[in-house]
Amino acid sequence: MFRLDAGSGVPIYRQLMEQVRRDVMLGRLVAGDQLPPLREVVDALAINPNTVVKAYAELEHEGLVVRRQGMGTFVAAVSPAGVLVAPAAVRDSLLRWVRRAAAAGLSREQIRLLVSIALDDEASDEERAECGVA
Amino acid sequence: MTAALALRGLGHQYRGGGWALHDCNVEVPTGRVVALVGPNGAGKTTLLNIAAGLLRPTTGAVQVTGERPDRQLARIGYVAQDAPLWPRLRVAEVLELGRCMNPGFDAQLAQARVRALEIPTRARINALSGGQRAQVALTLVLAKRPQLLLLDEPLANLDPLARREFLTSMFATCAEDGVAVLFSSHVIAELERICDYLVVLLAGHVQVAGDIDDIRASHQVVTGPLDWPQHTQGVNLVSASSTAGRTVALVRPEPGQRFGPGLEESEPTFDELALGYLSGPQAPATQVSA
Repeated sequence: MFRLDAGSGVPIYRQLMEQVRRDVMLGRLVAGDQLPPLREVVDALAINPNTVVKAYAELEHEGLVVRRQGMGTFVAAVSPAGVLVAPAAVRDSLLRWVRRAAAAGLSREQIRLLVSIALDDEASDEERAECGVA
Repeated sequence: MTAALALRGLGHQYRGGGWALHDCNVEVPTGRVVALVGPNGAGKTTLLNIAAGLLRPTTGAVQVTGERPDRQLARIGYVAQDAPLWPRLRVAEVLELGRCMNPGFDAQLAQARVRALEIPTRARINALSGGQRAQVALTLVLAKRPQLLLLDEPLANLDPLARREFLTSMFATCAEDGVAVLFSSHVIAELERICDYLVVLLAGHVQVAGDIDDIRASHQVVTGPLDWPQHTQGVNLVSASSTAGRTVALVRPEPGQRFGPGLEESEPTFDELALGYLSGPQAPATQVSA
């Protein structure tokens, strides 16, 4: 179920975490579903087992999954606040925006770039607010 | 907890008087997969030879699970560069030799591994592919059930499929036993998926050593006008490069340090960290502890 983007620069354990979060958000993974066992992920991706252990441990720390001794790692019955909050209205308006951008002739790459710039701008606005700088 | 491998003030002097390694301090916890990175001639192989108990350091101390390596030979598995094996022996004979020469050799594990990899045991070593030969060498050391695995450029001559097979089978065995692996390479690109601990060696000095995520968290890539590092006070500069009128620098900020307006800060990628330390000035070594 996992795929890695080697060129993204995003640490591998975070890529794994994001993919589980996304699958839960989209309803592809539901409460009680088992995450792929360690050995399976290592064999499929040829990655360090410690990386998978770390990703699963962080997800457990967030409350998104639970580990059952000797059985594996499962999606938690109750998802933590923040994970499932992708309100339909937000998704719909984003979709409308993406359609508009595509209609204006922007490529998928350009659209992705715009979104990541917007995220960076928003993050630095927040930081400035925290530091008390206008 | 005893470190799988500890180097303290370690130095090694050539007969001619030059230093292959100088004042190296590294502590590798058990169960970690360590990338030992450095250009050719940086001292990687010397360091591995010392960790394997084949060379005595000139100064300082080396310990494998708390003891001198030459007293721990049964717990150390070392595959030297190009996986040297007697070319005229058959696979079965190599494994038998391993059994005779190593107390505690797990012959069953060795047989099972070779069978699972579909390597013909009647074949002579020189008739095997590079990937198969590397796998036989790995089988030989894994069957020792080591606590510390030392691999010198193990992937150097393997095609992509053989690399993948080598890695997955190494991971499978190591994860079960909590073996620490020291993995030397000068190919940065593939190391992020293999390793969780980084040691950068440059001209015999350890430039940085620590958990990769800890190192990442304690560094930043700062981009700004050409001369920003010169005009900013108190920058712990690891390396800097300039293109198209901008200077991109890898820095190790003090806790809470910010670099002011006009400069963009971002988290370094693994490649930026490794390359930054490989190309950087000879900064004092950084041991990043968790």
